[in-house]
Amino acid sequence: MLRQKQRIHRSMTMKPDKSPARQPRVTFIEATSVSRTVEAEVGASLMETAVSNGVPGIDAECGGACSCATCHVYIDDGWTAITGKPERTEEEMLEFAIELRLNSRLSCQIKLTDAMDGLVVRTPASQTY
Amino acid sequence: MQDDVVIVGGGQAGLSCAARLRERGYQGDVTIVGEEPWPPYQRPPLSKAYLLGQTTSERLQLRSREFYEKAGIALRLGQSVSRIDRTARRVEFPDGDALGYGKLVFATGSRARTLPQSARSGLEGIFTLRSIADADALRQALRKSTSVAIVGGGYIGLEVASVCARMGHKVTVIEMAGRILNRVASAQTAEAVRRLHQRHKVRIVTDAKLCAFLEQDGRVAGISLIDGTEFDADLALVGIGGVANAELAAAAGLVVDGGVVVDEFGRTSDPDIHAVGDCAVFPFAGRPIRLESVQNAIDHGAAVADVLVGQPSKYDPTPWFWSDQYDTKLQTVGLPLDYEEAVSVQPENGDGFACWYFKDGYAVAVDTLNDAKTHMASRRLFSAGVKLSRDEILSPNFDLPQYARANVKSTS
Repeated sequence: MLRQKQRIHRSMTMKPDKSPARQPRVTFIEATSVSRTVEAEVGASLMETAVSNGVPGIDAECGGACSCATCHVYIDDGWTAITGKPERTEEEMLEFAIELRLNSRLSCQIKLTDAMDGLVVRTPASQTY
Repeated sequence: MQDDVVIVGGGQAGLSCAARLRERGYQGDVTIVGEEPWPPYQRPPLSKAYLLGQTTSERLQLRSREFYEKAGIALRLGQSVSRIDRTARRVEFPDGDALGYGKLVFATGSRARTLPQSARSGLEGIFTLRSIADADALRQALRKSTSVAIVGGGYIGLEVASVCARMGHKVTVIEMAGRILNRVASAQTAEAVRRLHQRHKVRIVTDAKLCAFLEQDGRVAGISLIDGTEFDADLALVGIGGVANAELAAAAGLVVDGGVVVDEFGRTSDPDIHAVGDCAVFPFAGRPIRLESVQNAIDHGAAVADVLVGQPSKYDPTPWFWSDQYDTKLQTVGLPLDYEEAVSVQPENGDGFACWYFKDGYAVAVDTLNDAKTHMASRRLFSAGVKLSRDEILSPNFDLPQYARANVKSTS
């Protein structure tokens, strides 16, 4: 049973944590160098944070189901350990993302925690061919 | 008024069209008129995370309220359109209010098909699933239920079956055809999915035609099939397909045939009226089809926006689709409609599965289970117009992702 639980895709989002700590701040930098810093909810995904704050550059066509690879972002240096490594499905979806880099992630698969306060991510110039 | 676009339908396709209009610099008024009280929201989680109570209706919304304000997209929510007056170019509401249009876009979507038996019986405990309201009602009822009958072995039925099994309910899927996913997938894919459900103790009965709902105290208590078999069920979910919401268009005198008929530019029989998404029937590979998918809603909506700003291109999509059942992701590229042969490929290790559909020696579609790599590689190749021959695909050691990298323009 435990093995099965571990394979649940993170497309099933969790309820936000009701921690009283200040909301983590995330900075999104576009390919044009325009930068936006937004307050995020712990437990929301990085993609949801972008979309709900009107941050451009993330299409998220499948709404966070790890099925479209259009919520692609680049995780800045120093944050890759905290944001973690992708699971198999995300890795496979990423293989054909536009302008794949070593620090590429699908933002719908990163769930925000307090430890991510100050996170900086960059968005690619385009999410589709 | 000439520059005003009115989009009838507040779902994914309507939003996609509106957003793209603004992205392309459209300066006229853009109004989305939606029947439901919520701004455009994503439906896929309704049969998954939302049904499980793991996400909120706010999180389902495709854009924040600020987005519409900043983009200057007017939202008229919770409003049903009673009539389209094409001569006066107006959208009319039941209370007598009206909205003029220069261009009109039908994005009215589809609704769940219902069973005549449920209409006749008037029993409580029979549900369809299409909207947030439906999902709320279903979730509530599932709390008090123990045995669920799913009528219809399509994607919705199977996704709800997996949710119910996860909740610990006894689940029976009743499918009229000889196999589940009958209209949308091969026998091989259907078999792989059937085994998945069986592993989770969901009972699937095929060649099973519903005769009647059994009742107790005004509530559903079971179902009976035409062959006399009976199953206990204190809740029934009917997932037997979608019907295009094309009545408004038909009443307005537009050509409707299973949906609002449009050409490759999304135009109806009236040059100032377009239709997109679930409600539209458009030409694809030489035949008229209607696609019910997130991909089609987004891409068709955007394509028509391009037409409206004077940058038309023919809508010629690479359809793709996904369905999440338990911890399995089923993905499809292309349409398994006109095919001559279906061949399944299962690697020796790992739980991946692929079923290729061939016609005239080339792949027209591919289903994968837990094999996103093959799915994405295929999607890139199909989009790029690269033809995949049957011989290549089935040759041993054929590395599809490698082939995709070599044959599709690299952007890395």
